[in-house]
Parts: sequence; structure tokens; C-alpha cells
Amino acid sequence: MKDFIRLRGVSKKFGDFLAVDNVDLTIERGELFSILGGSGCGKTTLLRMLAGFETPTSGTIEIDGVDVTQQPPYERHVNMMFQSYAVFPHMSVERNIGYGLRKEKTPRAEISKRVDDMLELVQLDELRSRKPDQLSGGQRQRVALARALIKRPKVLLLDEPLAALDKKLRERTQFELMNIQDELGITFVVVTHDQEEAMTLSSRIAVMDQGRFQQVGAPKEIYEFPTNRFVAEFIGTINTFKGRVAAKTDGGIKVFSTEAGITLTALGKQLVEEGQEVEIAVRPEKIFVSKEKPKNGEDACLQGVVDDLGYLGNRSLYRIRLESGKIIQVSSQNRRRSVTRFLEWEDKVWISWRPRSAQVLLD
Amino acid sequence: MWKKAIIAAPYLWLLLFFLTPFAIVLKISLADPVFGLPPYSQSASLDNFAFLFSDKLYALTYLRSVFMAACATILCLAVGFPMAYGIARSKSGTRNLLLLLIILPFWISFLLRVYAWMGLMNSYGTINTLLMWLGITDQPIQLMYTDFAVFVGLVYSYLPFMILPLYASLERMDHDLVEAAQDLGASRARAFWDVTWPLARPGVIAGCLLVFIPAIGEYVIPYLLGGPESLMIGRVLFDEFFANRDWPLASAVAVILLLLLVVPIALLQRYQAREQESAT
Repeated sequence: MKDFIRLRGVSKKFGDFLAVDNVDLTIERGELFSILGGSGCGKTTLLRMLAGFETPTSGTIEIDGVDVTQQPPYERHVNMMFQSYAVFPHMSVERNIGYGLRKEKTPRAEISKRVDDMLELVQLDELRSRKPDQLSGGQRQRVALARALIKRPKVLLLDEPLAALDKKLRERTQFELMNIQDELGITFVVVTHDQEEAMTLSSRIAVMDQGRFQQVGAPKEIYEFPTNRFVAEFIGTINTFKGRVAAKTDGGIKVFSTEAGITLTALGKQLVEEGQEVEIAVRPEKIFVSKEKPKNGEDACLQGVVDDLGYLGNRSLYRIRLESGKIIQVSSQNRRRSVTRFLEWEDKVWISWRPRSAQVLLD
Repeated sequence: MWKKAIIAAPYLWLLLFFLTPFAIVLKISLADPVFGLPPYSQSASLDNFAFLFSDKLYALTYLRSVFMAACATILCLAVGFPMAYGIARSKSGTRNLLLLLIILPFWISFLLRVYAWMGLMNSYGTINTLLMWLGITDQPIQLMYTDFAVFVGLVYSYLPFMILPLYASLERMDHDLVEAAQDLGASRARAFWDVTWPLARPGVIAGCLLVFIPAIGEYVIPYLLGGPESLMIGRVLFDEFFANRDWPLASAVAVILLLLLVVPIALLQRYQAREQESAT
């Protein structure tokens, strides 16, 4: 079966507030799916409806062909890793991990065997008899993960799994999570506000805002081909030019922008009409900076001066001021090793990008 | 230097106003009653204690006091736990209001509030009048001067002392823990016994001690609301002191009452210390 989790027209209202607005979604078995959005976008409510802590106001939720919309959390084959980890403070690591199986009345011998397996999986064997207050944040997170995985759920829900970890630990845990998911083949649904986390972890991402999905797709798709302004701005930085559609051609959509001072070509869904107001978006790393005018005639070329620059080690950031006063952000890799700066403040420069790198955005 | 002085102050206070009077009471309990001032001899014997143990009335009264206080404590816990839980889980605005309402009765004198209950529970008091008006009964029900009245008084008076420590421990508890238990297959009731109850235990213990200890020696409530047969040790103590003028015997009663209270508390503390040890 292909559609493992299926949400149809799911809405959730809290009083007058519409937290989740008519969401349709299908997730395949074994996927690592992320729901990405800012606080209050409805992503946590959606996750809680999958877990069974909230009941949708309307719509249905199916997991593995079973309608679970009205099922309480303790009857669903779904487990959750809480943002706070929610490790029981009065139980040892072992007892925490075995809790779910004890509720299932699993035979004692099997419980202890499966607890041992889980302890090995999350590498906590030596700490098995410790209490949670004697563990570090990362160790507690692994207890929570093992506890949620031991019942071999059909779906594992993870609420901001890495938010409480420091940067180094976060990167390591990210890959650990992916390995575990790969090993067990359990479908993961992750809720996060951290775009980097979503990008590296997931096979697909849903970007959510105001209770609705703005775009659903693979990380690359969402980053390179955002469909609207919210998605483009939520993930990474982006430069936008306001403009009016001048023509639709095979090579792309031609848009005249007063901010740029020229006609720009960009890719986009062909739903736009001539004369429609749109925005053209270009990622900072897709833009080249040079002191001489680039030769390629197809590229968009604009002249400006260096307003500000920052050296980040592996790359440099430039803020280029155009004649119209518009500031463009450019990020360029520092391929050459040098102590002197390639550009200085107030240098006159050209910026350029390929038409393929630009994207038409709708509001 | 200042630190030590600040820490020493309460200890000095206790030494002066608790340990010293207790030593005096202990000394009097060993004496014989005499006419005169002071009304006790300078001799020392265990006669009073022997008398207390030989007369069944005292043993029964002690047992009765323990029983009444224990029942009142359980009732307070049964009523107070849902209240404390409700307050802890409410929004912060309403929470402060609800807490204020719990503390509000302290604005009025304790004695006045007990008298108010007399007015409510009299044969022709508010409750009986209402019951008769509703036609539930055509004769007044005997509420006053019964054990029932004593329980009402005890639960009413000591409920805040149960709710506040319970609230403190429930408020600290992360609600995610309850949801995690449910997520792992525990029903609502199961999650309560697996998670909420053990984590609320410090509050339960504190609340029970705060109700049980004063309730066991309670004098005013059984005296005003209770009947002649609802004898509690506080009343015996009062009667020995003021009605019989038998200071030594009254002192002996007080000493035994204190021991009765100290023993369970000491046991409890040892149990808690052991639990703490096993946790580390």
C-alpha cells in the first residue's frame, strides 16, 4: 500500500481560532517526513492529531488503512517523542524504556530482551539503572527515542527532536536518527521550526503557515523551486524583485522590474498572465559578483556598489546596492586562499545570474 | 558570621519556646498532683503514665483521635486532590484567583467559622430548614453533636493545608509525562497511577502530615461540633488541666500525644532518606 498515512480535509478549531485549515496529506510507508513552520503555524496541532491527543474538528485521519480519527492515543500504533522528552523522572532508564511493553502485558522475558536491544540501539547500556536526573540532555533524548521505538510503532512522531541539543550534538543526533530510521524502516513524522534540521533529515517536507500547507516536496524542490513568497523566505535567504509580466516564452517568463531596471527572465509555473504583478526570486549563492561586465548575453546583469561585506571563512557575504537603491544579498564561496580582500566597500561591481536560477513567485 | 546568626535564630527560638516548655511539661508529668501553687509535687515517678495505660478510657480516646484524624486526612485528600489538580492545570490567570479563594477563609477567625457551621447544622439551622422546605425530610436531622459534624469541621478547616502542598507538587509536574504514558498505551486512569500519583507523592505526604498532626490534637472542633461520645484527646487534655486541675496527669497525656506524633514522622523521614539513597 502506497498511502500509509492519509489526511483528508483535516481541520482543527480552538474556539474561534482555526489552528489547522483543511489539510490534505499522504505519507508513504518508510518516509521521513517533516512538517516545517514557525510557531503557531499549526504544525504541533497536526502532530497531536496524529498521536491522538487532539481530535480533528472535521476530516479524517487514516493510518495503514485504518481510520484512527476517533481513536484515543493508547489504542493507536503510533508513538511520539516529545519535545521535552517527557522521560519519567521516577523511573530508571530501563523502566522508562520498558514502560510501553509493560502496558501491553508483554511477557517479562520478552520485555527484558527487547529493552536490551533498545539499550544497544541507542547506546545506553551502561546507564540502564540510572535515573533521568543523572543523565545529560542528549542521553535523555535517547531514552525518549528508545521508549517510543520499543513498541515497534507504525509511525514515530517527533516533536522538535533536536531543539534542546547544542549544535555539535544536534549534527551527530541528526545522522543517528536517520540511521535508526533506515535500519527499522519505521515511518517518521518530524515537526520542526528549524529549516536546516528539516532539510538534512527528511525525504519530504511540508512547509506550513497559518494552518495550511504552503508547499510539499523534497528538500531540493522546496529550496530551489519555492512556489510562493512565504516558502522562499522561510527556507534560506532570498532576493526578490517586484515586477510585471511582460511576456511568456519557451525560455521562461519575462518580467519587467523597475527595481532591477531591466527585464528579467525566470522559471515558474505557467499560470501567470501578461501584465500580472509578480516577484522574481534569486538565492544569494546563485549570483556572481565581478568587477568587469560578464560576457554571457543571456544572463541578467546589474550594476551596483558594495554596500557591506562579511567574511565567514568558507564564504563571504556581500550586500550590493543597485542604482534603484535596492539591496541585493550575494553569497560567494572563498575558493582561493588569500588574505587580501577581493572587494572593498563602495567598489563598483557587476552582479549576474543565469535565467534558470531565478524563480517567479506568486503571493 | 551573619549567616550563622541568621541560621541560629530560629534554632534558638525553638530551643527557648519549644524544647524548654516541653522539658517543663515532661517534669510535671512525673510529679504528683497536690493542692497549692504550683499544683504539683517535686517528686518524680511514672505513676501518671502507669495510670494512663491502666485506664482503658485513655487508650480508647487516643485510638479514637488517631482514627478521626486519619479519616479526616483521607477525606481531605479525596476532596483536595481533584481541586489541587484542577487549579494546577488551569490558566495562570484563573489559577491565581482559585488559589486566592483557597486562602480566603483565613481572613476570618477560625473560631468564627466553626461557630458558623453550628448555625448551618443546627436542628433548625440552614441545612435542616432547607431539607424540610424541599420536603426531603419532615423532621430535623440530627447533624450537630455527631461525628459527622466533627468530620465536616475537620475537613473544612484543614482542606487548604492539604490543597496547597498538593498544588505545589502538581504544578511542577510536566503534563507531557501524562501524555507520554497515554501514548505508550496507558489509559487515563493507568497514566494517573503510573505518573501523576508517584510524582505528586511529596505533596501528598506533606499535605497529609499538615492535616493529620493538628487534627489529632484538635480541641475546638470536637468540643463545639462533637457530641459527648465523640471524645478526642485534645478535649481530655483540656478537661484534665482545667476541670480536674490535675496538671501532672494532663502533662502525661500531652507527652504521650507528642510521642504518638513523633514516631510516624521519624519513620517517614527514614523511609524518605532511604528512597533518596536508592535514587543516587
